[in-house]
Amino acid sequence: MLRAKIAGHALVLVATVVLGGFLSATLVRLAPGFDADEQQLDPHLNTESVQALRAARQLDHNVWRFYFSYMNRAAHGDLGTSLALGQPVRTLLRDRAPLTLRLLSVGLALAWMAALSLALTAAWLRRSTYDVLTTLVSGTFLCIPAAVLALLSVLWNVTGSLAIALIVFPHVYRYARNLLAKSYTLPHIITARARGLGEGRVLFWHVVPGVAPQLLAVAGVSVSMAVGAAIPVEALCGLAGVGQLAWQAALARDLPLLVNITILVTLVTLLANCGADVIGHMVRGQDS
Amino acid sequence: MNLWQKLACAVLAVVLCASVAANWLAPAGYAKQYREATNAPPSRTHWLGTDEIGRDRFARILYGTRVSLLLAPAAALLSTVMAAFIGGFAGYLGGIWARMAMAVTDLFLSLPWLFLLITARALMPLNVSPLFSVMVTFLLLGLLGWTTAARVLCATAGSLRSTDFVCQARAAGLSKRRLFWIHVMPNLKPVLYAQFWISIPVFILSEANLGILGLGVAEPLPSWGSLLKELEGMVSVGEEPWKFVPLILLVVVVMSFQLLLSGQEQVAA
Amino acid sequence: MKRHQRMWGEMRKTCRRAIAVAVLCLGSLTGRAVAQGGGELKFCLRMEPKTFDPLKVEDEASAAIRYLTGGVLLRVNRQTQELEPELAQSWKVSKDGRQITFRLRSGISFSDGTPFSAQDVAYTVQQLMDPTLHSATGDAFRSGAGNVETKAISPTQIAITFPAPVAGLDRLFDQVAILSEHSSLREMAVLGPFMLADYNPGATVLLKRNPNYWKRDEQGRKLPYLDSIRLDIQANRDVEMLRFRRGELDLINSLDSEYFDKLATTSPQLVHDAGPSLDSEQLWFNEVAKAPIPAYKKNWFRSANFRRAISETINRDDLSRVVYHGHAQPAVGPFSPANKFWFNNKLKPQAYSPDAALKAMQSDGFRLENGALKDKDGNEVVFSIITNAGSKTRERMAVLIQDDLQKIGIHVNVVTLDFPSLIERMTQTFDYEAIILGLTNVDLDPNGEMNVWLSSSENHQWNPQQKVPETSWEAEIDRLMRAQASSTDPKRRKEAFDRVQEIVVVEEPFIFLINKNALSAVSTTVHGAAPVILSPQTFWNAERLTVLAK
Repeated sequence: MLRAKIAGHALVLVATVVLGGFLSATLVRLAPGFDADEQQLDPHLNTESVQALRAARQLDHNVWRFYFSYMNRAAHGDLGTSLALGQPVRTLLRDRAPLTLRLLSVGLALAWMAALSLALTAAWLRRSTYDVLTTLVSGTFLCIPAAVLALLSVLWNVTGSLAIALIVFPHVYRYARNLLAKSYTLPHIITARARGLGEGRVLFWHVVPGVAPQLLAVAGVSVSMAVGAAIPVEALCGLAGVGQLAWQAALARDLPLLVNITILVTLVTLLANCGADVIGHMVRGQDS
Repeated sequence: MNLWQKLACAVLAVVLCASVAANWLAPAGYAKQYREATNAPPSRTHWLGTDEIGRDRFARILYGTRVSLLLAPAAALLSTVMAAFIGGFAGYLGGIWARMAMAVTDLFLSLPWLFLLITARALMPLNVSPLFSVMVTFLLLGLLGWTTAARVLCATAGSLRSTDFVCQARAAGLSKRRLFWIHVMPNLKPVLYAQFWISIPVFILSEANLGILGLGVAEPLPSWGSLLKELEGMVSVGEEPWKFVPLILLVVVVMSFQLLLSGQEQVAA
Repeated sequence: MKRHQRMWGEMRKTCRRAIAVAVLCLGSLTGRAVAQGGGELKFCLRMEPKTFDPLKVEDEASAAIRYLTGGVLLRVNRQTQELEPELAQSWKVSKDGRQITFRLRSGISFSDGTPFSAQDVAYTVQQLMDPTLHSATGDAFRSGAGNVETKAISPTQIAITFPAPVAGLDRLFDQVAILSEHSSLREMAVLGPFMLADYNPGATVLLKRNPNYWKRDEQGRKLPYLDSIRLDIQANRDVEMLRFRRGELDLINSLDSEYFDKLATTSPQLVHDAGPSLDSEQLWFNEVAKAPIPAYKKNWFRSANFRRAISETINRDDLSRVVYHGHAQPAVGPFSPANKFWFNNKLKPQAYSPDAALKAMQSDGFRLENGALKDKDGNEVVFSIITNAGSKTRERMAVLIQDDLQKIGIHVNVVTLDFPSLIERMTQTFDYEAIILGLTNVDLDPNGEMNVWLSSSENHQWNPQQKVPETSWEAEIDRLMRAQASSTDPKRRKEAFDRVQEIVVVEEPFIFLINKNALSAVSTTVHGAAPVILSPQTFWNAERLTVLAK
């Protein structure tokens, strides 16, 4: 049954990735500014050169043709060439992915450690004062713009992972805290506590396993949140990662680069969420 | 209501009244430019100083509260309702429905919606009122911001399908619709409250960031998000601490919402 | 002579020789220490360089690298604005402006040791004039149809002949970095003071001293003094400022006025205001006949009276003072007073006079009703100004202008757009009403703006690609620009361009707002810096800079 589930997920994953790439190509192509090149505004360029610039952009006009040819080349390992940077997309992603992976892993680990420690402590203590304090801390970070957190990490000379952690932590904390708090109202938890079971045992043996599938779902979406946070953090901190590349690609309407980055992000998101689902099912021990 | 909730209510009421009474409370209009006193520190004339082009910051915070305090919760409510329907239903139905819904959700999470927003701006005429522009922005944010909660709601609803009380209710012959609304939905509230609470400041900040696409609030209308963007230009934390007032206000309002929501959770429990 | 006297004489000779040798050694050691111990200069590029091919340079970052690595035949001295010999010892432009002959220096090699000769110049020019290249550098030389002929008269002499006269021909070679015809390294073999040592995409560009650089200083020491230059890619100006304050960067080439003031308060010795730059900021209205805007608005925008009235209502002093903190001046016309030769100094900035503007509008049938200005058909005067998001100065100028125009009952909507969307509206869909943008002038010669002033051109922003000039004044500007382009007499060219400036000030197709000052910041550890207004402001003399130990 589990194998069938994994196979099903794999099929959905492939189909979603392919569809994601096509939809992103369509979104980019249809958005205004696709044909625009800043170079056109150079007063030294004569009319022929400006028209040649425009003609070069026309090559990717037909989304179907572009995507079909892209899929064909991608199947042979050629991911295309970035219009903005003039380099092979494969090289760009290969060189920058490790930094982003490192940033995301450390950022997510820090965010989850902070969020879970605070949420578990809140669940254990169940004191309104503690709740208010932790809500204040998480609420403050939720209200600070990502750009400011990124700038603070440069100001204090700390890693960009900390900025990502501070962006993701309030979301994770809030969901975790609410889910844990809700669990304490369930009949079997009330019964366990009434029967004198220790708070620690109640929390770690009964409450946490009960909300594990939901927490795993939060873990899955926290990966997407971290990926989204990586863009302003890398752009502002001058970190040469995939996030910075995505921002440059968006500004330049760099279709080959954007499609590849979307496919990469879709893959990461799907893997994270599918992984969370599969583990969640294993924990629940039942069919969905 | 406990003390904290009463305090939260009072704070929200004060902030709301202040924004409604901005015309009387504000020392000047939000657009009035005191060009001889740009970037001024707080003084008797300008309680929170002036911005880079000499507009009174206190007045701008008051008027900005109207925009942000009304529209951000509305957009947050929209995204929460959408998450409830899509995630909640999908999890409840399970099987192929859940799989499809989650695949669509994951796709939604991955796509570069920036370009949809750029297209939305292109479709709007250039001469729209600032209020219309910001309403469209928050509407778009609400329509796009449901994905995170939907995933968690799907997992939660999926867990609930196999609980004793749901099985008993199903065995008792309760219809699917009744089962969902009476037994499943109330148990999704923790996630829904979390989604609502998180969305308010996230949407306020996103609205300001969307200014680069021509969306969001248009000059000279202020919003909390546009006021918070001033913090980005600070090269040290200590200088001009009065610029932190919009951040403090936002934190206080967000805290107040959370305290009220936590009260609702206790009532539900 | 007695024997002991002979011995003493020889001893003295030997001592003198020894001392001379010692002095020479010491001198060369010292020179080497200065010349080769100049340190590493660190500053930021605001964007990723798009190319290292000097012929294809189109962005600021690539232009900076070309300046530091490329060897040119002639160089405009950024401080004196005079043309000076570089790889060419001397040059001569023919009377008809079609031919230029260079006499090149001998004994020079590229950074990889490949010898430099006239053949390399010929090769470079042929590559540059390739019609498929479509580069801004090449297009600057294109004055007419036909091929460019290069003739290497000797290894150190070359004649280049163009199909039509090229105005300011010699000065254009400041942008042409010579490529090696024979080197296997292609554009990586350079003749400039530095060469590319390492490139980490998205992060840094490292340039190292070119060991084969030909130039020496007045004391005979090899240039450059610096060991290397590290260019970090950093788009965010707040972070750049932070890093400069922390001492991680040695200079900020183009400093924003608000940061200038912040730095000046704490460390005035670090900041430099070189005065008005060549750059201008302007507002213009959409005068394109086929633009998808209401016909009544097109009538307004096409009226010179309307444009002049708007111009009179804008308080340029406030724009300079409030937005640029006093580090800008009201603009007069297309060129700034910093362009000493070409600026028409008979022209004065538009006076701020909203009352006069309102009177002028009223004489055109506009009337003020309940605080709102309406045209003769009763349409309220409402229009939008778009500008690129991310430029704080333009956004602020737009808000100030919005407030100024409100005083005469005109309601303006300010819309900031991302740059590609703005470019599309401006150049393809023409779906806009008014725009605020800037013009960055890298060269002094008005010929560089030919494609802005010719009515048939793509970059004739307010109404591009006219088959026939739609107004008499645009026809006159076309005639004057072509006249100055085909003349080699500086006096006649100046007269023609002076007249262009006068027409522009009267007709106001561009409402010139301000000329911002050239602001920069240089650390006290950098020795030899002398910021100027021409780009690159702070490192124009990079070969003579040193960075002292902190």
